[in-house]
Amino acid sequence: MNWTEYLPPLLEGAWVTVQLTVYSMVLGALLSFAAGIGKLSPNWAIKGLSVVYIEIFRGTSLLVQLFWLYFALPLVGDLIGINLRLPPVIAGVLALGLNIGAYGAEVVRGSLQAVPVAQLETARALNFTRRQTLWRVALPQALPEMMPPFSNLAVQNLKDTALVSLISLGDLAFRAEQIRNFTQDSVTVYTIILFMYFGMALVLASFVRGLEFWVSRWRARA
Amino acid sequence: MSEPIIRFDKVVKRFGALTVLDRLDFTVQPGEKVSIIGPSGSGKSTVLRILMTLEPIQEGTIWVDGHPLWHEERDGRLVPASEAHLREMRKLLGMVFQQFNLFPHMTVLRNITEAPIAVLGMSKQEARERAMELLELVGLADQADKFPHQLSGGQQQRVGIARALAMRPKIMLFDEPTSALDPELVGEVLTVIGKLAHEHDLTMLLVTHEMRFAREVSDRVCFFDQGRMVEEGPPDQLFTEPREARTREFLKAVLAPQE
Ligand SMILES: Nc1ncnc2c1ncn2[C@@H]1O[C@H](COP(=O)(O)OP(=O)(O)OP(=O)(O)O)[C@@H](O)[C@H]1O
Ligand SMILES: [Mg+2]
Repeated sequence: MNWTEYLPPLLEGAWVTVQLTVYSMVLGALLSFAAGIGKLSPNWAIKGLSVVYIEIFRGTSLLVQLFWLYFALPLVGDLIGINLRLPPVIAGVLALGLNIGAYGAEVVRGSLQAVPVAQLETARALNFTRRQTLWRVALPQALPEMMPPFSNLAVQNLKDTALVSLISLGDLAFRAEQIRNFTQDSVTVYTIILFMYFGMALVLASFVRGLEFWVSRWRARA
Repeated sequence: MSEPIIRFDKVVKRFGALTVLDRLDFTVQPGEKVSIIGPSGSGKSTVLRILMTLEPIQEGTIWVDGHPLWHEERDGRLVPASEAHLREMRKLLGMVFQQFNLFPHMTVLRNITEAPIAVLGMSKQEARERAMELLELVGLADQADKFPHQLSGGQQQRVGIARALAMRPKIMLFDEPTSALDPELVGEVLTVIGKLAHEHDLTMLLVTHEMRFAREVSDRVCFFDQGRMVEEGPPDQLFTEPREARTREFLKAVLAPQE
């Protein structure tokens, strides 16, 4: 088997990895903002829910979360009589998104809290509501601060997708493992996917760089 | 005398164990221009911040335009104000900050139109026209599309003034509006404030270290020290023949290097 013959199945796997990454990133981003903002809410129920979510998903490993969603949740469902059997893709996206969202929430909270108090007081003096202050004053100023840590999280998330091969999802790592088992050509296979992951990470990081540029367009540039 | 527009009635403000305002009585008449002077830490900013509802009070009552500021009347008794009441009261007041506090992510124009549109429900068109009039007033009509970081401190502060005026307050609070400026930029800001002072409708409270300017624009000057109003009077009297020894000392200290 020539190494070029590895490429079609690997590219197929890479496509699954891309999808997993994108979907879980979108889910993670939504959760980051929801829980990050929620943690600062004066409403104790919202605050409590956010804190519990963040702590649980930061305090346990992604692998355990993935296995729990895929293997344990259906059994819990059986007990209460609901079908909670998740297709591997859904379980993978959920686990990745929930996990990255918990870390992202802390980024959002931290960046919001770093907005100068004077800005919030000025918003109050101008009679903005709490919600208007959040959306019009605090978030736009916090966004640029979030981007560098978000970039790290996004790349982390991409790398974490390899874990879902453990619930037999045909991602890049899964395909590589298959080919390697078949051909015993570890060096070639792993070298190829190394570059593939690296390439995807580059694309992802430059996407977030672009986003950062866009949300910081009002800032002074040296 | 008409009904005062601002009345502090035995107001006490504490930060923990520190009493910053000690049973302060203080009134301002509608349209009056009042300067507040005094040493650092005497509670000048605190007075303005309390009026802008940025700091609550611990005792006493403040009346603004006939209504209690930090209280609400319910069944003939005064109870602590709700956020809705504070929002209603805030409409009467505008504040200009020492550090300008412009919103860095908005253009000059949006800094001025954002609150009228979001808070007062003004149409974009109307807010824009009004903002351009105000920019004209402060001499910055040509800077509408710039971001704050592209302006000098003096220009930023003039935008700050226009932004506060855009909410059409009855009372304008200025907290050392020129203290953060390079000396050569102080004049342009004082010129704008001076212009406003000639509008007789607007009530103005100005905390300042610019004694000469305070003397020019104010109807009355109040000297604060250690959370109390030690002395108040027309500028000519207070600056030339202060009654209190502490006022004399303070004026001597701040005026000496300039003379
Ligand atoms: N948030 C706060 N927490 C604790 N103490 C405070 C706070 N804000 C002000 N103070 C204290 O209250 C006192 C009065 O402060 P204030 O800012 O009103 O003084 P000021 O007259 O405006 O002084 P300056 O000329 O330096 O601006 C000071 O002793 C200050 O340290
Ligand atoms: Mg002060």
